Amino acid sequence: MNEGLINEGLIGAAYVVAAVLFILALGGLSNQEKAKRAIWYGIVGMALAVGATIAATSTAAGIGQYVLIGLMVVAGGIGGWIVAKRVQMTQMPELVAGFHSLVGLAAVFIGVNAHLEMTRALAAKAAGTAGELAGFAATIAKKTPVEISILKVELFLGILIGAITFTGSIIAYGKLAGKLSSAAMTLPGRHALNLFALIACLVLGYLYLGGAGLWTMLLVAIIAGAIGCHLILAIGGADMPVVVSMLNSYSGWAAAAIGFTLGNDLLIVVGALVGSSGAILSYIMCKGMNRSFISVILGGWGGESQSAASVEGEMIEAQADAVAQAVSDADSVIIVPGYGMAVAQAQAAVSELTKKLRSQGKSVRFAIHPVAGRLPGHMNVLLAEAKVPYDIVLEMEEINDDFPSTDVVIIIGANDIVNPAAQDDPGSPIAGMPVLEVWKSRQVFVCKRGRGTGYSGIENPLFFKDNTRMFYGDAKASMDALLREL
Amino acid sequence: MKIGAPKETAPGEARVALTPESAGRLQKLGYDCLIEAGAGSAASFTDQAYEEAGVTVVESASELWKQADVIVKVREPSEEEIERAPDGKTLIGFVWPAAHEALLGKMKAKGMTVLAMDMVPRISRAQKMDALSSMANIAGYRAVVEASNNFGRFFMGQMTAAGKVPPARVLVVGAGVAGLAAIGTSVSLGAITLAFDVRPEVAEQIESMGAEFVFLDFEEASKDGAETGGYAAPSSPEFREKQLEKFRELAPEVDIVITTALIPGRPAPELWTDDMVEAMKPGSVIIDLAAERGGNCSLTRADERLVTDNGVTIIGYTDFPSRMATQSSNLYATNIRHMVDDLTPDKDGKPVIDMEDDVIRGALVTHEGDITWPPPPPKVKAIAAATPKKKEPEESAEDKAAREMAEMKRSLNRTGLMLGIGSALILALGTVAPPSFMQHFIVFVLAVFVGFHVIWGVAHSLHTPLMAITNAISSIIIVGALLQIVSGSFLVMLLAALSVLMASVNIFGGFLVTRRMLAMFQRS
Repeated sequence: MNEGLINEGLIGAAYVVAAVLFILALGGLSNQEKAKRAIWYGIVGMALAVGATIAATSTAAGIGQYVLIGLMVVAGGIGGWIVAKRVQMTQMPELVAGFHSLVGLAAVFIGVNAHLEMTRALAAKAAGTAGELAGFAATIAKKTPVEISILKVELFLGILIGAITFTGSIIAYGKLAGKLSSAAMTLPGRHALNLFALIACLVLGYLYLGGAGLWTMLLVAIIAGAIGCHLILAIGGADMPVVVSMLNSYSGWAAAAIGFTLGNDLLIVVGALVGSSGAILSYIMCKGMNRSFISVILGGWGGESQSAASVEGEMIEAQADAVAQAVSDADSVIIVPGYGMAVAQAQAAVSELTKKLRSQGKSVRFAIHPVAGRLPGHMNVLLAEAKVPYDIVLEMEEINDDFPSTDVVIIIGANDIVNPAAQDDPGSPIAGMPVLEVWKSRQVFVCKRGRGTGYSGIENPLFFKDNTRMFYGDAKASMDALLREL
Repeated sequence: MKIGAPKETAPGEARVALTPESAGRLQKLGYDCLIEAGAGSAASFTDQAYEEAGVTVVESASELWKQADVIVKVREPSEEEIERAPDGKTLIGFVWPAAHEALLGKMKAKGMTVLAMDMVPRISRAQKMDALSSMANIAGYRAVVEASNNFGRFFMGQMTAAGKVPPARVLVVGAGVAGLAAIGTSVSLGAITLAFDVRPEVAEQIESMGAEFVFLDFEEASKDGAETGGYAAPSSPEFREKQLEKFRELAPEVDIVITTALIPGRPAPELWTDDMVEAMKPGSVIIDLAAERGGNCSLTRADERLVTDNGVTIIGYTDFPSRMATQSSNLYATNIRHMVDDLTPDKDGKPVIDMEDDVIRGALVTHEGDITWPPPPPKVKAIAAATPKKKEPEESAEDKAAREMAEMKRSLNRTGLMLGIGSALILALGTVAPPSFMQHFIVFVLAVFVGFHVIWGVAHSLHTPLMAITNAISSIIIVGALLQIVSGSFLVMLLAALSVLMASVNIFGGFLVTRRMLAMFQRS
């Protein structure tokens, strides 16, 4: 065999360096300042990995293939560039979901390719012409029968996870972008349906192991795609943070599975990193809602105890002038943003308000619940975009004890995350969910579009409390009105 | 109807029950207001100011009593006043029915309806008419000012060119309304303030005012303050001993002592004894706000300022609110105005005595020829929702150790179980899988561990950038596609090329969007 541009040892070294760089890139996200540097580690790592891989294939690749690769990378790069430049920060959730679908689809393609190569390699081996094979096929030709079996399992897993990620992400994208109804769609017997589909996949996988052809894998891809669709369709709007991070995790596991198939450690390492990252995010989100991962994935809030105590009292409305009065009398203000702020694009107005109040020497802070918005950390990004300094944006644990000493709390488009029923009413469907204890402050203003309940459909006793005033209207219009009054 | 305020007849009383401001509000309730000429002068309210507020100035007290239907007063009426009063008037003011039973009889005989401001129950709704609290607040403030007046030093410690001035040390005994006001004033003057109260639950209030709670190490089933309407209850002899012992210890150190300890319906408890006064430094000051009821200090003489042989000034004035007549008249008149407000639900200038109303029933002492004092207990418990703080049972050291032990065992068991299952699975895998697979598998498991550790450290606020960057990184799958693109098969090449395309979108898009986001995070 003729040597490539660089030898295998060098490629391995490049992969190790790339893996370390990726770990540094993720680790660097521990704080905002480091993060700006950390991103470069990721970029350099990626460039190194891609460069080394291209160099490694130089033995087999002709000029045509280089051109092809170059074209694809440039085209893809331009596409990605345009999308990344144009995307609004409020659209981050759907962008992330969209990107996941690409990884899923790529995993399916590569899995199918691996099968084709494997067949080709085995045929060549049988014909005694294995020496002519190049790239991936060449490695396969050296494998023992046991290794081939394992390869098939890995291939099966890669295609299964990849397909679920692909369709699931597309549905998630549709829901987040508002192209599909974000309500949970529940088919009768959906759990049985999912189970049946999964069993079918496993049976097909078993057949494939036994020597059945490509059709089994294509069927697996289709059925798994259906599972992905159905699974995500059954999950409603506010559970989306969990879904998106779960898909994030899946895209990692798919990459890892493909890594096993190709015997590529870099893919395995990076896949595992991404997979565990998504898993942790899902876990944090689930904890934020006090729900188990399984119950979120199986969808909907229904079926749980619904004996929520009915709320007595009345909601008292306040106008912008009253809110302005209370805010200008206050020394300390905490703003609690929710998905409603993102929907109304009110973050710039909120930032303006913050600036104004801070220039008057008031303490203004933001309280972010872990599941506020539709993506982990969604609110932080929106506020950062609107130039709210990140050191006044605090997590729930950091700020929950400060509510009793706060004069005014303004809630913008959030509902369930400030629902006192989670603590007081054991019959409530959200009982036990950690919530922001806004009602302990002196005065609460709830900026809300209408009288309806939140995503979970649960009545919020906060709105009926003595120290709560409802500030109805579109979040942006309300904030603008408030700014004029101040 | 007409509301009138006569000039106070008690000697030295400077307050007045109606101010130009409160008169304006009362007129809005539909009442006409009258004032005796010169009634407000001692509190710096001129007759002219009253006239400007639409109040009719009446020349004499008897004329006022005749014209007005509702008489508002500060002090309880003298017997002479009652004798001269026409029948059937309504009177609002301090009455102290427990101390003036004879007076009650006389008022009853005259068919008067009397509302005693001092009998307003202590419930949250009635706070706005709680004249005792308003007066106590003023007394507390004035006590500190009076102390400062008689004290030869600064309250606040200072470093001056002429030398160091130590801060004054002030001890406030009894943290009721007056006590807390005194604490607040003293703290704001810059003195080191200590405070004591028999009700341990007020420690928090004391500390919130910036004073130090004098802690008494004494085990006693503490009574819930709410049972006694928020007032202190008499303490046991043992407790008293302990308390006096603590005061004896403090006496030589403090410069100013302000005592405000009162127990409803009893003479003031004696808390500052002769020997404590003797132990104090010359120049020290004792202000005894309980002087009217015998005083907390054994040497106090009501309404007098005296200096002991060792140079300690003891002040037993009982007229602190009257010494700040403008302020106290303002607050008192507002309390009265709120009371009238509650009496006039229709705002038509006609008082209605609603016997179902806890506040009005509580304050009513004579009505329609009957003595209605003492009132039945109010329906609403005094002091908002009497929830005695459930003390978390303090766990002993052994309990804690045992619990921690159990917890550790549990977690060890869990970890052990997981490790066991994990190892068994891996071993099982190892028996069938070839070494080449196990090599990759080790890498995989280690990477998962590294991933978990690294990701836990990521700031919550950076979760969205984290997702975007993992998104970009997961496109490492491009490496797989690159390896396959060199295949001879056209189909494989096509699929691989498409994969490269998609992964590239992801790489560029992911990294770019992450950078964009991170650049937005700005420190203030």
